[in-house]
Amino acid sequence: MIPAEFDYYAPTSVQEAIGLLQEKGPEAKLLAGGHSLVPLMKLRLAAPSVLIDLNRIAELRGIRSSDGGVAIGAMTTHSEVESSPELADRWPIFHVAGAMIGDPMVRHRGTIGGSLAHADPAGDWPAVALALDARMHIAGPNGERVVPAGEFFVDMLTSALEPDEVLTEIEIPALEGRVGMAYEKFRHPASGYAVVGVAAVVVTDGSGSCQDCRVAITGAGPKATRATGVEEALKGRPLDEQSISAAAERAGEGMAFLGDIYASEEYREHLTKVYTKRALLAAARSAQG
Amino acid sequence: MAKQEIRVTVNGREHRSEVEPRLLLVHYLRDVLGLTGTHIGCDTSQCGACTIIMDGQSVKSCTVFAVQADGSQITTIEGLAKDGQLHPLQEGFWEEHGLQCGFCTPGMIMSAYDLLQRNPDPTEAEIREALEGNLCRCTGYQNIVKAIQYAASRVREHEPVAAS
Amino acid sequence: MTTATTFVGSSVKRVEDPEFITGSGTYLDDIKLPGMAHMAILHSPHAHARIRGIDTSKAQQHPGVLAVFTGKDTAGINPLPCAWQAGGVENHVNTPHVLASDEVRYVGDAVAVVVAEDPYTARDALELIEVDYEPLPAVVDPEKATQEGAPQLHENAPNNVCMRWTAGNQEATDRAFEQAEVVVKQRLVNQRLIPTAMETRGAIGSYNPGTGEFTIWMTSQAPHVMKLLLAAFVLNVPENKIRCISPDVGGGFGSKIFCYADMALVAFASRQLGRPVKYVEDRTENYQWTTHGRDHVTYAEIAGTRDGRITGLRVRTYANLGAYLSTIAPGIPTTLYGRMVPGVYKIPATFVEVLGVYTDTAMVDAYRGAGRPEAAYLIERMVDLFAREVGMDPAEVRRRNFVPPNEFPHDNGVGMLPYDSGEYEKALNRALELSGYPEFRREQEEARRQGRLLGVGLSSYVEVCGVAPSAWIGLNGQGWGAGLWESANVRVHLTGKAVVTTGTSPHGQGHATTFAQLVADELGVPMEDVIVEHGDTQGTPFGFGTYGSRSLAVGGSAILRSTAKIREKARKLAAHMLEASEEDVVWENGRFTVRGSPESARTIPEIALAAATGYSLPEGMEPYLDETSYYDPPNCTFPFGTHVCMVEVDRDTGETRLVRYVAVDDVGNVINPMIVDGQLHGGIVQGVAQAMWEQGVYTEDGQLVTGSLMDYALPKASMLPNFELDRTVTPTNVNAMGAKGAGEAGTIAATPAVVNAVMDALAPLGIRHLDMPLAPEKVWHAIQERSASQKEER
Repeated sequence: MIPAEFDYYAPTSVQEAIGLLQEKGPEAKLLAGGHSLVPLMKLRLAAPSVLIDLNRIAELRGIRSSDGGVAIGAMTTHSEVESSPELADRWPIFHVAGAMIGDPMVRHRGTIGGSLAHADPAGDWPAVALALDARMHIAGPNGERVVPAGEFFVDMLTSALEPDEVLTEIEIPALEGRVGMAYEKFRHPASGYAVVGVAAVVVTDGSGSCQDCRVAITGAGPKATRATGVEEALKGRPLDEQSISAAAERAGEGMAFLGDIYASEEYREHLTKVYTKRALLAAARSAQG
Repeated sequence: MAKQEIRVTVNGREHRSEVEPRLLLVHYLRDVLGLTGTHIGCDTSQCGACTIIMDGQSVKSCTVFAVQADGSQITTIEGLAKDGQLHPLQEGFWEEHGLQCGFCTPGMIMSAYDLLQRNPDPTEAEIREALEGNLCRCTGYQNIVKAIQYAASRVREHEPVAAS
Repeated sequence: MTTATTFVGSSVKRVEDPEFITGSGTYLDDIKLPGMAHMAILHSPHAHARIRGIDTSKAQQHPGVLAVFTGKDTAGINPLPCAWQAGGVENHVNTPHVLASDEVRYVGDAVAVVVAEDPYTARDALELIEVDYEPLPAVVDPEKATQEGAPQLHENAPNNVCMRWTAGNQEATDRAFEQAEVVVKQRLVNQRLIPTAMETRGAIGSYNPGTGEFTIWMTSQAPHVMKLLLAAFVLNVPENKIRCISPDVGGGFGSKIFCYADMALVAFASRQLGRPVKYVEDRTENYQWTTHGRDHVTYAEIAGTRDGRITGLRVRTYANLGAYLSTIAPGIPTTLYGRMVPGVYKIPATFVEVLGVYTDTAMVDAYRGAGRPEAAYLIERMVDLFAREVGMDPAEVRRRNFVPPNEFPHDNGVGMLPYDSGEYEKALNRALELSGYPEFRREQEEARRQGRLLGVGLSSYVEVCGVAPSAWIGLNGQGWGAGLWESANVRVHLTGKAVVTTGTSPHGQGHATTFAQLVADELGVPMEDVIVEHGDTQGTPFGFGTYGSRSLAVGGSAILRSTAKIREKARKLAAHMLEASEEDVVWENGRFTVRGSPESARTIPEIALAAATGYSLPEGMEPYLDETSYYDPPNCTFPFGTHVCMVEVDRDTGETRLVRYVAVDDVGNVINPMIVDGQLHGGIVQGVAQAMWEQGVYTEDGQLVTGSLMDYALPKASMLPNFELDRTVTPTNVNAMGAKGAGEAGTIAATPAVVNAVMDALAPLGIRHLDMPLAPEKVWHAIQERSASQKEER
């Protein structure tokens, strides 16, 4: 229950934070909402000697429109994302998935950027970011770079961030056409994390067939992953139960599944299919509704 | 690292303290300020016994460092009753037998306070969802739900404008 | 004017609540004593290892550290006692030392302590202690532990068997099975549970060198018993030199009954350092070393006739007791389990064999229900399996085998005291009616045609509580190391205010309210004039504490004895005051009046004033109204009822949704219905949680996998429905109130109701049994397997 000692810095700008990361080296950890890091510190499974708290950097907070899409500051909390009217209208998946994260207290402190940067294999936002083809804006000593979500999640608890970089903004590009989206999650009864979570985005034309779709899976494997097989199988097909069921059968193709005492690899593989189907059906309903 | 000075307003009263950076907010409230109504029930941020209101929102005070609370406004269970008058939630928990051992109760009440702020007329399902981060081992939650429903209707009676 | 029976039977709001809802309760961790130091405990990370050496030098030098102690330093402290040596464990008793010095036997075994100026420093210094362990092979499964070649925990317990205990008539039972038309067998696992009171455990020790007295604050359900055990067995200190205090206690569920190492360690450290010393577990420690519950592997067989009559029951159980014996561990799978397996049924022949087994796991002891949930689960599952085998509705099979109401007191054939009273069919009928059982069966049929998996489960239970009398439970009978009577003092002060002190020690049950209701009625005073005190061994009479749903039936009875004595003395004094003969003074509407002239009356406060001033007392009468009683009941009480659970199972994922839950309980007469309903709600949820979610899991090599609330699935509000409660009332004649006990009934009843419901839902697939918890994956696997084989069969 008692963390080890550390030095604490609360920079007020991204530049200052990057400077501190460079100065303090690999022992420094960034502190966002803290709901992954602080429990680990209390259990002494993590003992960084320096904490750089991003909570006082105003420029990292907030939601603004950007080039037809929207940009979400990395330190925007889950609850701000969940309840944002700007997002609710065009990207209702933020409300749906946000409401499934942890509990209200976690959502009040936890941030979308912290969650994405932590790259927890059971986090909810990574699937949403993949399904929306989000673009990660990253600031570092040499300026800014942009990494597409598809390249951001490298491995379990490992993102594309370099040790001296800060995730600043998550840019969500505009979607054209009739769009539907959904997030379906099988919750772990104790931790509340996704045993399997599936984010689905479908774009349909007037005829009701699938012009485009993106499906992303979290919880099942070491990192959030796009289900490209499912996407291929559904594109050009009618968004009905039959084609969705058939496409969902391809969920999990090529994935390495995690197993634990609560859900084995086999069961996660199965849930991936079931929840892919459920997410696609819900997305299709919202596109047509 | 040297201790850092923080200024925190708790239940309307400003405190200045020198704290170690690693001091958890819940320990600050309990051990430095002596506000022991906020409890500790786990070490993985699951149980919600330590829930307080910080800058208007419910947070788990075991997952925030006291240094992070610098400049913030905090309400704990001790600050809920006003002028000797119990808050409707406190009344509700009493009326509906929403507590047994009482250990989770302050966190439950602060969580419910947050809920009613956001949603003055919650359904039973919404109440149960809102308690996702608060564990109770005694009551089976049924009377906690009733207690919150009681409080919601009292708040609506008394502040129909604020509730609408 | 307050009249008699105003309070008993009504849902009076709890007098305990104002402090809890305002944050002004005083739990152990809220106590701060001047000069208090803080203790942290180093626990073994190995399930089984030899300790080659411990180097504490770095920790000792850490700034702020006051002392570091290891087993060498605490060699003068005796091992913790086992106070219920049931089942012939005497030759195989192994209890923990407060600090292990040669060998550790489970993850969590205490190895060293640090005492420091503050808890942060104490925690830091734990990291600086170096322990040289030689890991040894470990065993965690109770069945495997008894097999040849299994790792051995204790030299005096070959094959790790701590006890072999039997009950019932083996010969008659074997004969019943030979002659049976139908025999159904099933292996049942009653999984390990972690009690998880929301407040973890802790203790504060304070030694006064001037008087040689210890004061120990503790999160205990039984402070008097702790005082006795610590004085007489652990610390070797005169009993009158220890005072134990339980402040507000944040739930216990059994886990806080027991004597723990930290109680002795804080006392020891305080004497060594001359300062008060506090220890509070964190949740990780709580999960590792505070006792767990259940953990049985059982081979059960039920014999019967084709027309649904049960003729025999044969049970063999491996009870995992953990690495050592906890305070009352051996009594749980014997007296409280083995003697209750026939449940509500009249079974002509029953035989039970229990093997108590040591494993490299946390100690297992009483957890809410303590033995009776395991018994109820066993018999209620077996009756369902039997009903399915003979093709009868489970309600009908129950009805056919109930002990009928005219056969009480009932001897169940396995050595339990006779069941006091019961109307089992009445409770079943009410539950079926309330739940709409026949309608649900029709709905289920329709749903099954659509391929949906709906199920309904029944659980008709009986349990034993208020366990007594001492002559039966004690050393010459069931092996409990003391008595199980209870005590109370009632005194009425000069100003008419009454104080009740009780040997029971509540931690959420609302005694301050319930007991005040009783006393207010008996003395004809307002409830607010009655204060109930408990938990401090200085100032309360010796009592055995709060557990086993005993506090009202036994402790409440002691209170009523004291109020009766007060009334008796008060009548004499009233007669004196009213100048009437004692025979003419009657108790009416909460006061004494003279027969025939109701205007001549004296209330208890008026009499208390006279008794306390002592100006004018009848000859020979002592001043003051102050009476103490020790009450040892003639028998236990046996609450019962029927619970009905309705579920729907998701074919695609194996998830179970609780659709409805109806409970009809008979706990005898009820003092405060609101409190009883609350006890049932909470009890039911703990029972449901065992069926659905909770399981303490160790790896084969003894690491606790479910070591935190991230992994161990405690039920949350969103996982539960509302419970529909009703009661039948069959008073007991065991005590004057006719009250039986309600603290554990819900937990005992609920588990089999839920499992039976899920098995009923899965019946069309031919699934007979799945072990708990009914996690989605397990259910899904079963559905997959059966669906595959059914396809093949077609």
